[in-house]
Amino acid sequence: MVTIDNYVRAQSLEEAYELNSAKNSRIIGGMLWIKLSNNKIKTAIDLSDLGLNRIEEDDKQFSIGSMVTLRDIELNESLNAYTNNSIRNSVKDIVGVQFRNMATVGGSIWGRFGFSDVLTVFLALDSYVELYKGGIIPLSEFVNMKRDKDILVRIIVKKTPLKVSYSSVRNQRTDFPVLTCATSVIDGVYKVAIGARPKKAMLVTDSDNILASGVNETSISAFAEYVANNIPTSSNLRGSSEYRTHLIKVLTERNIKNMEGIS
Amino acid sequence: MIDISLVLNGKKITDTVDADSLLIDFLRDHKCYSVKRGCETSNCGLCTVLMDDTPVLSCSMLTARANGHKIYTLEGLTEEASEFVGFIADQGADQCGFCNPGFVMNTIALLRENPDPTDDEIRAFLAGNLCRCSGYEGQLRGIRTFLDSRKKEA
Repeated sequence: MVTIDNYVRAQSLEEAYELNSAKNSRIIGGMLWIKLSNNKIKTAIDLSDLGLNRIEEDDKQFSIGSMVTLRDIELNESLNAYTNNSIRNSVKDIVGVQFRNMATVGGSIWGRFGFSDVLTVFLALDSYVELYKGGIIPLSEFVNMKRDKDILVRIIVKKTPLKVSYSSVRNQRTDFPVLTCATSVIDGVYKVAIGARPKKAMLVTDSDNILASGVNETSISAFAEYVANNIPTSSNLRGSSEYRTHLIKVLTERNIKNMEGIS
Repeated sequence: MIDISLVLNGKKITDTVDADSLLIDFLRDHKCYSVKRGCETSNCGLCTVLMDDTPVLSCSMLTARANGHKIYTLEGLTEEASEFVGFIADQGADQCGFCNPGFVMNTIALLRENPDPTDDEIRAFLAGNLCRCSGYEGQLRGIRTFLDSRKKEA
């Protein structure tokens, strides 16, 4: 059960940062995960009044405010056109429409949750986080940082030419995923992000250049094997470590074939 | 305690609530008993209400966050719901009926957003409304029959 002593709608990022510096203060996103925790929150800080619920776009990048909901990114045509619907595919089975109208991109990324479809798909893109004090850093770096008292302001996705594909396996629609997989190729470099392993998502690149000499059935299979060998998995009630490792191979192969138009 | 002001089913309400008051409790305190407490883990959709015309889970929404917004429960949308709920009942879709208000609220949101959904679009939009009596096929048949009858009338 969560209890909250004070609720404040911050009127500036500086106010939010100062309030959040105090012990037992928490920034609330959609509040869906916090609600399930056992927490005594002294001050709940709401960023709803800071205009962070918008997706802004120019010719170089998408700038996604931390209070943008999962439903917003699901329905954003431009973002989905750029990602070949990978963003939509990554969130469409997260509980239901009502949940996705509340859950925020900022909450999902900040939490660095093991089960996160959202973290997985953004890791495969040319994406960055903008922290109030920490500035702009690559998401691939942020994912391994410890949680602190900074504030996630925006997620930035550069419009770098890329191909990307997303898929996940769930025991049942709307359940937590057993495994999530996002693949991309940017400037000829193939990347695979694997989440729900069940630890938080991690990224593997084709550093052995397995796909450099040609993308075909044999090289895709070899790369999928390489990814599976380099991503640690473990077991929980949704699936065993062995099953997850098998899924890594299957989903990596499928995604790369989907990206490259190989049937 | 926090002073709040919101519009509930078209009527302006002012009140004072605890910082951790949940919208579901606030609504039930204001006699909106269609809003049901189900899973309390943001999964079942029983507590669905519309906030600024968007379906949300009132069990997971702070009342303070609803301050300044427009909230609708089924009590305020009975006329809109009456267009299609008979078709669902005719299919014997809901057995115990406990999930029905949340289901109806989300169906209203669906039909406002997409007046002519396919069966797959209906299933996708209503995936966050759990019913433990049925297999969801009755509800789907009811909505499909309503949509088909509406087309015939047009």
